[in-house]
Amino acid sequence: MGLPLMMERSSNNNNNNVVELSRVAVSDTHGEDSPYFAGWKAYDENPYDETHNPSGVIQMGLAENQVSFDLLETYLEKKNPEGSMWGSKGAPGFRENALFQDYHGLKTFRQAMASFMEQIRGGKSRFDPDRIVLTAGATAANELLTFILADPNDALLVPTPYYPGFDRDLRWRTGVKIVPIHCDSSNNFQITPEALESAYQTARDANIRVRGVLITNPSNPLGATVQKKVLEDLLDFCVRKNIHLVSDEIYSGSVFHASEFTSVAEIVENIDDVSVKERVHIVYSLSKDLGLPGFRVGTIYSYSDNVVKTARRMSSFTLVSSQTQHMLASMLSDVEFTENYIRINRERLRRRYETIVEGLKKAGIECLKGSAGLFCWMNLGFLLEKKTKDGELQLWDVILKELKLNISPGTSCHCSEFGWFRVCFANMSENTLEIALKRIHEFMDRRRKF
Amino acid sequence: MRLIVPLRGVIQGRGGLFVGSLIPCCLFYFLQLYLKGRRPPPSDPTELPRTSSRSNLFSRGNSIGRVRVSSRAVPVAKPPDSPYYIGLERVKTDPYDRITNTDGIIQLGLAESTLCFDLLQRWMSENLMESIMQSGDGEFDISSIAMYKPFEGLLELRVAFADFMSRIMGGKVSFDPSKMVITAGGTPAIEVLAFCLADHGNAFLIPTPYYPGFERDIKFRTGVELIPVHCRSSDNFTVTVSALEQAFNQARKRGSKVSGILFSNPSNPVGNILSRETLHDILKFAQEKNIHVIYDEIFAGSVYGEKEFVSMAEIADSGDVDKSRVHIIYALSKDLSIPGFRAGVIYSFHEDVVSAAKKLMRFSSVSVPVQRILISLLSDVRFIEEYMTAHRQRIRDKHVRFVEGLKQLGIPCAESGGGLYCWVDMSSLLTSYSEKGELELFEKLLTVAKINATPGTACFCIEPGWFRCCFTALADEDIPVIMDRIRQLAESIRS
Repeated sequence: MGLPLMMERSSNNNNNNVVELSRVAVSDTHGEDSPYFAGWKAYDENPYDETHNPSGVIQMGLAENQVSFDLLETYLEKKNPEGSMWGSKGAPGFRENALFQDYHGLKTFRQAMASFMEQIRGGKSRFDPDRIVLTAGATAANELLTFILADPNDALLVPTPYYPGFDRDLRWRTGVKIVPIHCDSSNNFQITPEALESAYQTARDANIRVRGVLITNPSNPLGATVQKKVLEDLLDFCVRKNIHLVSDEIYSGSVFHASEFTSVAEIVENIDDVSVKERVHIVYSLSKDLGLPGFRVGTIYSYSDNVVKTARRMSSFTLVSSQTQHMLASMLSDVEFTENYIRINRERLRRRYETIVEGLKKAGIECLKGSAGLFCWMNLGFLLEKKTKDGELQLWDVILKELKLNISPGTSCHCSEFGWFRVCFANMSENTLEIALKRIHEFMDRRRKF
Repeated sequence: MRLIVPLRGVIQGRGGLFVGSLIPCCLFYFLQLYLKGRRPPPSDPTELPRTSSRSNLFSRGNSIGRVRVSSRAVPVAKPPDSPYYIGLERVKTDPYDRITNTDGIIQLGLAESTLCFDLLQRWMSENLMESIMQSGDGEFDISSIAMYKPFEGLLELRVAFADFMSRIMGGKVSFDPSKMVITAGGTPAIEVLAFCLADHGNAFLIPTPYYPGFERDIKFRTGVELIPVHCRSSDNFTVTVSALEQAFNQARKRGSKVSGILFSNPSNPVGNILSRETLHDILKFAQEKNIHVIYDEIFAGSVYGEKEFVSMAEIADSGDVDKSRVHIIYALSKDLSIPGFRAGVIYSFHEDVVSAAKKLMRFSSVSVPVQRILISLLSDVRFIEEYMTAHRQRIRDKHVRFVEGLKQLGIPCAESGGGLYCWVDMSSLLTSYSEKGELELFEKLLTVAKINATPGTACFCIEPGWFRCCFTALADEDIPVIMDRIRQLAESIRS
């Protein structure tokens, strides 16, 4: 771990008198020392700006949704007489907000969340507001669930490639391990029963107890939805092994065509058997679909009464302020607004996706067939000199330094095939996207000349 | 101990072969039991044959094992056994209302203040909208509240907080925004510090009586233990270095590793304020043992007595001790009466702790629109001065009334100079001077007098009969009602 010697001393009577910190504090599980952070640094030092810095680094490594901000702005400005939405009018509003710190969360807000989640799924599943536990973001939701479902040194199985943040969110404070379920391009990176069994066996061979499977659906970084059959197989697997199934559906509202998304809620909806249902938990947040990561609103939706109760109590470490709940409750209950928003947001994301995929195709670059999300999964394997981790990182470095594009290399997502990159397209204007594509075209042209 | 003697006997040839073979057998037996307990349960207790018919698998509940949660999750869901939580729950079933439910249970168990709500309300109605909606040029720009911002809090908020904290602590110490991390309330602040300063199984020393919530906040997920350092009424429940020394040594003998000491100042539940000298002595002690000191200064702005409040930051700054062991927690829940907003602070003199805490804030950060409101609120110096003056004055007045009311019933309170409560000595009402007697009194207060006050046992107080009574959510007219109920109960007990 590379700790300075004095930090490893365990006796209290330390002559050097440098006070010790915990393993959690000195661990590098937070991942910020990894090579990919050079990308963020490069962006911070030289950020692209349409007017002031047109040759700067374009941030394509941040999955943020800015395509529908105008809809939110309009709503907040217009449909908000006297700031009533902010709870500033009248005595009762303020009193309630200021004092309210119940980890149950505002009932109106939970109802609004449940209704929103139902709408996103086209009404194909019902959500019970009393099963919703609020957390300050999906990051907190995933960590909280991990604390509840697994003990230190237990493992969660996670299909690769996966969101790099999981290494930190699921493992850092919890002490839980991640065992990868290897997926590859031969079947569009879908999870197979063989891969599941293999991952499970790997854990058992290392004497590690598996407590659950955690998937992201739609997937980050693939930008694709998980097929219904795969979900059924997953639940099957979890029942047989008697483990949990966590489905992080944070991008569920960003599916380009509603019909292409099956939530695990739909699978569970028709099952009466509690012992099957109670192992299923869904994570959601307003950060991606609604483009409000700054609001820090996440939820755990669990079909287990015990997990709901436990998560609620533990959520005291990560409560959503009552002010925020109040603000959003009226917006999310406004069905006219949400229906409109969901529909337009989807269309815009689809158009962006088509723009980038077409643009890349013209440059001779293929992407995985995507159906959702704020990014595409691009295949640059053919450009690699060596199909190795180093080869990929070298190419990534070239893209960062020469093209001034910060994209995420597949190895940061633990992809077992080299040469894949995640490219975000929703956190910039259409113009900026065009510029990025232009840079890629020029790069590919230059390459062809050699 | 008992094992050593026979072994010695074996070695010296006394007790002989029998004992010599018995002990290893016993040890082996216990080892087996221990290992069995530790072995993970069979992972597939219901290894069902793979069937193509999905409905078969999902239809018979009896044949599928119930899936388990982690062992650390198990205690969390259990019904609360501490009178602190039990009392809070009971009030919810029948809450007092001076108009609609005059027979209800009066809440004295929650340290909250509504005394200056009128001022806050006025500020909110005048400023709330602007503080969220406006950016520099007066136009609403949603990116100012919607997008990802650093998890440790906007710089402007840290600057405003630093200034605010300095102000409410008498302006004698300044806080450096770069040592500060903004958290979603005091609860995550203390937990994150515990995660950073101690490993699973390590311990913090903590003077008793202490805030019952620490039991959850620290123990739920970190695995850090709390070792009580008992304080007595003879010292007005003020901790002494000799008591710390004793507790430290005892812990060491037991094999516990002490990573730090946790204090609240002003203290909760007693409400006393540590003197400059005591703060110095404690820091020296921590230096000597090479451990951390954590100060929960959440009531720093709620000081109403004559005694001056001194922040540990001031002592740390004074230079002759390694300050990287000093960490302070603060939050707006008590002084500014806005627990619902969820805004707290970790303030640490240790660079690496600040750095780790910043990264951990992704799990507990404050929403950006709320940060904007707070920047506006905390920077409104004129308002803050007006508020703090009123806040202190109103607490002082309420405190005087409450304590006087109790005095007239022959019930004394500990000396206190801060906080939203007083520490009441109801030992004269105990039928037996014991924990049992105290819990009986707690029950009588709840069911007969219909008052929820937190008994000392919930706060790990070593002397029976003490109760924490929070008075800052009471109107003046509630106080005679309370005193009357207590008087009636007292009469029925004494007769």
